[in-house]
Amino acid sequence: MEKKYISHNSLMNWLTKLNDEGSQIYAPVAKGDKTDYKQITSVEEISMDHIQTTQSAKAVAFPRTEKLFSYKKENGDVTLQNFETTSIPETVVFGIHPCDAAGFKPLSGIFNWDTPDLPFNERMKRTTLIAVSCTQCDEFCFCTSVNGSPGNTAGSDILLTPVKDGYLAEIITEKGENLADKHSTFFEADPNINKEEYLAKVPVQFSLEELNKKISNMFESPVWKQQSERCLGCGACAYVCPTCACFDIQEDAHGSSGNRLRCWDACGFSLFTMHTSGHNPREVQSQRWRQRLLHKFSYMPERISVRGCTGCGRCSRACPVDMNIAEHLTEIASL
Amino acid sequence: MDELRNRAKELFEKGEIDIFIGYEQGTRNPRPIFVGNAEDTQKLVFNDKCTGNLAVYLTRKDLVKGKRVGISASYYALKSIVQLFVENQLKEENLKIFGLANDGKIEALNSLDEIKHYIKDTPPPPKLEDDELIKQIDAMSSAERWAFWSDELSKCFKCYACRAACPMCYCTKCIVEVNRPQWIQPWASTLGNMEWQINRVMHMAGRCSDCGSCSTACPIGIPIHLLTHKMSETVKANFGDPSDKGNVLSTFKPEDKESFIL
Ligand code: SF4
Ligand code: SF4
Ligand code: SF4
Ligand code: SF4
Repeated sequence: MEKKYISHNSLMNWLTKLNDEGSQIYAPVAKGDKTDYKQITSVEEISMDHIQTTQSAKAVAFPRTEKLFSYKKENGDVTLQNFETTSIPETVVFGIHPCDAAGFKPLSGIFNWDTPDLPFNERMKRTTLIAVSCTQCDEFCFCTSVNGSPGNTAGSDILLTPVKDGYLAEIITEKGENLADKHSTFFEADPNINKEEYLAKVPVQFSLEELNKKISNMFESPVWKQQSERCLGCGACAYVCPTCACFDIQEDAHGSSGNRLRCWDACGFSLFTMHTSGHNPREVQSQRWRQRLLHKFSYMPERISVRGCTGCGRCSRACPVDMNIAEHLTEIASL
Repeated sequence: MDELRNRAKELFEKGEIDIFIGYEQGTRNPRPIFVGNAEDTQKLVFNDKCTGNLAVYLTRKDLVKGKRVGISASYYALKSIVQLFVENQLKEENLKIFGLANDGKIEALNSLDEIKHYIKDTPPPPKLEDDELIKQIDAMSSAERWAFWSDELSKCFKCYACRAACPMCYCTKCIVEVNRPQWIQPWASTLGNMEWQINRVMHMAGRCSDCGSCSTACPIGIPIHLLTHKMSETVKANFGDPSDKGNVLSTFKPEDKESFIL
């Protein structure tokens, strides 16, 4: 991994150049007290004052509504138009935090578990992640409890750590290198500093080892009912999560033509597991809450070797009834 | 606070309730808690920061079916409770309700009439930010207003948290889940999101307590509660105070105006 330095001005000029050359840039944009990723047309729009954006950046590779294919029926013949890969533009996501960058790995695990997913993989291929280390955190952050850290390089193509007037730039992947090499004059020599000094101090809230040991054998535990009583089953937690990948397939039909769509869904919804027979194997909210945590901390690690949670804390911030996930995990780890 | 804890404890000790739905201290603000025994009543808190509308749990069958329930209810939760009674969703004998009086004291509200009196006598908690935003929206031309709501609703990702947090959304099958025929586009898109909100708001006519929980629950922060707020005002202006006249949605009166029908 190569280390360099880039001043704030050069960074903004670099992003502007990339945008001028045809890359679409997603970056955090503030509105009121919420900040979210938006496609920007000018670097002036970028805001980096937030601790965490409301939504994760997953929509870049897993849009909330994705057209998988379209079809047309004519005189008994059906023509299919497969997912159009050539129209996906080169994309740069600037300003995500390490917990979001790390979130693309579990997503990729899910979308490549069996049949590699064309839209997801094609979008990822054209996406470069320029992450920024965290210099501040709040009580909902717990990346350090799930093997992450505010300066974690895993998942990012380039990681910038804010240091005096500029950034330490760690060029992590080949994709990152290509992007930096396009305009190497913006970068300066390795500033040779201890990055740790500049990072937020995120306290470890629970022992991952204890959690792992317990959670896989807890299917019948009364803890799920007790923890989930106040859960409204609203799905907000899943929609803001960088790793949640539940989806629903819908048909946008117009007479003899139409589109097959993939839309976000959530395992917390009561209808998510409803069968056409009317039987619902996850009848009550406690079973859905159990599914949420077991999926992230037991099933995914066991089956695709990656945890379904990066400790970003978004679900806790978004939850209307304060289902603080770190608090619940701490409770489970200490059972 | 101690008073509520003692009252709830007493109810458990006398065997008058099976659960108490109240608030406990949460990460930043008070959050809902389900207390199941006398001992745990010591976790309860009840103050003006307890704003989440707990009435939403009173129709959750998996939580309350067949149970005698105690509940601490904010001003708006009480309004929702009245409406749930009107809609035959609650039984008086199964409920022990506590409100917060003007002087901060706990007030037992033992009947529907007592709740109605309480609501009449208690000024609604102020909502300064909302008033400001409503003023801004009222001052907009209809084109500006369309642009404002198009922008806001384009962000909706259809998580339905607004529905889940609302005590009046207790249907076991919501219109958005009916797919034969499909009334509302299930995927997120600006127009489909508007269809969803217009439907949600229309179904609230004369029923919404103006608690604002729908918008507090919205993770994106879309001020959708202003739509229901406006609807309440329109209903009041056209059909009178819903509490005097029955349910506007389901009660036909010959003198009802039809001038709003396009
Ligand atoms: S956001 Fe909270 S209330 Fe909604 S489904 Fe998730 S945990 Fe339950
Ligand atoms: S489960 Fe919650 S804390 Fe974990 S990655 Fe998802 S949103 Fe973040
Ligand atoms: S529509 Fe919104 S403001 Fe009205 S009762 Fe439901 S949650 Fe409260
Ligand atoms: S809570 Fe907000 S984002 Fe979710 S469906 Fe309602 S308006 Fe849309």
